[in-house]
Amino acid sequence: MPLTAQELMDMIRAIGQTLEENKAFLTELDSAIGDADHGINMAKGFHAVEEKLPDLTGKDAGTILKTVGMTLVSTVGGAAGPLYGTAFMRAGMAVGSKEVLDTRDLVRALEAAIQGIKQRGKAERGDKTMIDALEPAYEAIEKEIAAGKEAGAALAAGVAAAEAGVEYTKGIIARKGRASYLGERSIGHQDPGATSSYLILKTMAEFLSGRK
Amino acid sequence: MVGIVIVSHSAEVAEGTKKLAQQMTPPELPLAAAGGTRDGRLGTDATLIQEAIQSVAGPDGVVVLADLGSAVLSTEMALELLPAEVRERVVLADAPLVEGAVAAAVESSLGKSLVEVKAAAEAARNLSKVS
Repeated sequence: MPLTAQELMDMIRAIGQTLEENKAFLTELDSAIGDADHGINMAKGFHAVEEKLPDLTGKDAGTILKTVGMTLVSTVGGAAGPLYGTAFMRAGMAVGSKEVLDTRDLVRALEAAIQGIKQRGKAERGDKTMIDALEPAYEAIEKEIAAGKEAGAALAAGVAAAEAGVEYTKGIIARKGRASYLGERSIGHQDPGATSSYLILKTMAEFLSGRK
Repeated sequence: MVGIVIVSHSAEVAEGTKKLAQQMTPPELPLAAAGGTRDGRLGTDATLIQEAIQSVAGPDGVVVLADLGSAVLSTEMALELLPAEVRERVVLADAPLVEGAVAAAVESSLGKSLVEVKAAAEAARNLSKVS
């Protein structure tokens, strides 16, 4: 750590790049149990974010995160828009007008983001949603930070937990979203939302540990 | 009159439902459609819904009807984006989209209250079509 506002924007760009690279994969997962648009929608949203980022140069972390959230809300199109939009907006509120984020800020922002997704989607663990990746990830991160680990290392533990969460979604019935219409036929497929959440966390961890 | 907003993943469904409701109601009934995304995809956009609500919001309030999953999420998000004085007079009806919209529009045109219009929309789910 610490993470400057400029680095935060670079991290958001890196997330956009990951989602662009995984556009076909996420859409394929969504075509199995949903409406076949998750990858396309996420890539659209983050393209719009990327276009907004140059205007945010010199702004504080809270403003950057809130603007990213509002942009996702108005451009993604599917349920992921209000869900990830709320996540970024809540993260922005959690860090406020800070210009440099430390490890504690990062954990607070992640917690606020995950709480936001839970409230917006009214989902619990086991519903086959992003929460199945995000909640275990947050718990792992919090544990590592409490044990004195660096943010990068803690996030890496979170990524492992998120990956296990994605695996877990393969064996359960969807109770939320379009996939819930399929009932038992949703078993055997990993959840696209949990997968995009995992990819976002993985990119954050790589960014935080890979930079100088 | 109570304003009515029709939210669908499809711009055509929202617009078509609005037309069906208008067929039975006077032209001055405040009715708005918020379907699809700004770039013409299937989906929902909380900011489009927010604009639709504001376009029909008056002292009598607004009833919103939504179709599948994320339409409800986006509507709830739109409610949060509204100014508090508008938001407090907006309700989301737990109703079938087409039948609910027609029932709500008729009820609103009769000068009924926000609570009554919402109830009429929600009662539409119990109307039997096949006897």
